[in-house]
Amino acid sequence: MDITLQAFMAQLTIGLIGGCFYAMLSMGLAIIFGLLNIINFTHGAQFMMAAFLAWIGLTQIGPWLGYPDFQINFWVALVIAPLIVGVFGMAIERTLLRRLYHLDHLYGLLLTFGVALVMEGGFRYVFGVSGQGYEPPEILQGPVDLGFMLLPKYRIFVVVASLLICFGTWYLFERTKLGAYLRAGTENPRLLQSFGINVPVMITLTYGFGVALAGIAGVLAAPIMQVTPLMGGNLLNIVFAVVVIGGLGSILGSMMTGLALGLIEGLTKVIYPEASTVVVFVIMALALLVRPAGLFGREV
Amino acid sequence: MRRHWLGYTLRVSLCALAATSALAAEAGKISDGVVKVGILNDLSGIYSDFTGKGSAAAAQIAIDEMGGKVLGAPVELVAADHQNKPDIAANLAREWFDQGKVDMIADFPTSSTALAVMEIAKQKSRVTMLSAGVAMAAINEKCSPLNAQWMVNTYALAAGTAKALLATGRKSWYFVTADYTFGHSLEKDASAVVEAEGGKVLGVSRHPFPGGDFSSFMLKAQSSGAQVIALANAGSDTINAIKQAAEYGIGRSDKQVIAPLLTYITDVKSLGLAKAQDMYLTEAFYWDYDERSRAFSEKYFAKMKRMPSASQAAVYSATLNYLKAIEKAGTDEAGAVMSTLRGMTIDDAVIRNGHLRADGALVHDMLLLQVKKPSESKRDWDFYNVRSVLKGEDVFPKPSDACPLNAKG
Repeated sequence: MDITLQAFMAQLTIGLIGGCFYAMLSMGLAIIFGLLNIINFTHGAQFMMAAFLAWIGLTQIGPWLGYPDFQINFWVALVIAPLIVGVFGMAIERTLLRRLYHLDHLYGLLLTFGVALVMEGGFRYVFGVSGQGYEPPEILQGPVDLGFMLLPKYRIFVVVASLLICFGTWYLFERTKLGAYLRAGTENPRLLQSFGINVPVMITLTYGFGVALAGIAGVLAAPIMQVTPLMGGNLLNIVFAVVVIGGLGSILGSMMTGLALGLIEGLTKVIYPEASTVVVFVIMALALLVRPAGLFGREV
Repeated sequence: MRRHWLGYTLRVSLCALAATSALAAEAGKISDGVVKVGILNDLSGIYSDFTGKGSAAAAQIAIDEMGGKVLGAPVELVAADHQNKPDIAANLAREWFDQGKVDMIADFPTSSTALAVMEIAKQKSRVTMLSAGVAMAAINEKCSPLNAQWMVNTYALAAGTAKALLATGRKSWYFVTADYTFGHSLEKDASAVVEAEGGKVLGVSRHPFPGGDFSSFMLKAQSSGAQVIALANAGSDTINAIKQAAEYGIGRSDKQVIAPLLTYITDVKSLGLAKAQDMYLTEAFYWDYDERSRAFSEKYFAKMKRMPSASQAAVYSATLNYLKAIEKAGTDEAGAVMSTLRGMTIDDAVIRNGHLRADGALVHDMLLLQVKKPSESKRDWDFYNVRSVLKGEDVFPKPSDACPLNAKG
């Protein structure tokens, strides 16, 4: 197999872009699992929902409201769509998930899985399955010559934006007072409550935040992937593997693992493309054998 | 006395024989007093846009055109979701045949469901018409005298596009293939044509199914320098590959073109003309081909608010010709209907110059299409320029020895 350095660099860059999505999605999952002990299977559907909201904002809402020229552009959607998805997530937490905290993890998993199926089915019913196209904003259209490849500007933006978001999230949870409260809340909610902190509200907000991260990833993905009801479900399997490898609930772990697996996947696509999905699960199996708590997880 | 007795018995038995055969003819005309058409397809999953509810609507148009009756018996329609799973399809088909009085089942966007139901239909002496099932096995090793592949197969799709592009001097090819049976068979058929016509396959990238990010594969294909990047995949994989190629500016020059080997008009609709423009593809039907196809399509549009896909149009044609064959044969008995169909020249709003072969392949004209530029498109669904009409004999595969029905001649 002859690979030029140029092609190698190009594939690595593409891998990094994939890794950014894995990192953002798995971070949201890790936060939700780490602080709420919920295995959030609706994550993929929430990712998809945000992408659809962005698409609706850009192409549909004007005609619906009777002003064909009115549209919500990408930048506004990048803020609004994750907020709506986050609020939607909080509603689910308040009305449904809350009832399951005293039960085994499995119940949360089943509930969120069911909600995901309902959401996907609903979108499929209304919008069909072939999907919708979403154009990136004008300023980010067209490629940039990196020397070794032509990279679309939009993809560069995705890398920068998602790295900032990941770092910001990590900082918020690991380095601020709020983050300390949140972590204390998982260790000992009663004690924290006795300090006058409203733990249930905090948990709802945390779930909303984790879901909103999926929402941001969804809006960022809309111009890259076709917006379809199944776009999240397809990704979710890999993202769960990322979370398991990184250590369930470890924010730093899921971020690093997400990026690393994106790169490994990119390399596999050069060497033996048939294995590019399998490689993630092989690594997961190996990681579980060597370190059952995950690479960044704490042994309990 | 003895002779008299013998003569009497003979006469009585002859009378009885005549009576029973007359009765049989009466009863055999239409079994159960109703002709029932079943549409078995994907109503909720990834193939529901180009089959789904639209297929049943298309079948209903055909039934209405026949006046809702054939040989005096009413024609009824049933539809169900096989969820692309062969076991579910097989159970539904058994139920329909055993209790539902269903005489013919059409559609099957997933080949595995088609093959499963074909087998059951053969045992129970009913008809299957694969309007959406494109597997070669259905007319090769799994062929059945009671089955018709009523539109296309992977070979015809691949060969149509490949031959047309080779004819324009594009000899070097690169395949981006979905890594499962369907993708492999599409790739195999197309590369056979490419090599037979003096072309060269420079390389293949097989991607996991379903794939999300195709940029690696498309970049590899681009750097191979091949004149044609052929996509041996379908649905959202094809759409994402084309969309992401456009992002990188791949396939935008005359030196290197992208050729999806299996594309439906619903895919082009979903991609948008800006991304899909200039691509070459082969379809068996395009709604805006001529007066007749437009007339049918407008009827369909009035019902569904979309133009029919080739598969949905195929369901219309299959149902219409099945009913016509019953009328001509004077019975709905599966064997008789199928041999009548084989003797007919198929020519309707959808199928042109068609004849049904012994192995079940419907050989008919196909269309080489090129996607319009956004500026050329005058209305929604105005997507294609018809570049040429491909003669059925040139694009459909030769009868294979793998099908025992071909051996009989």
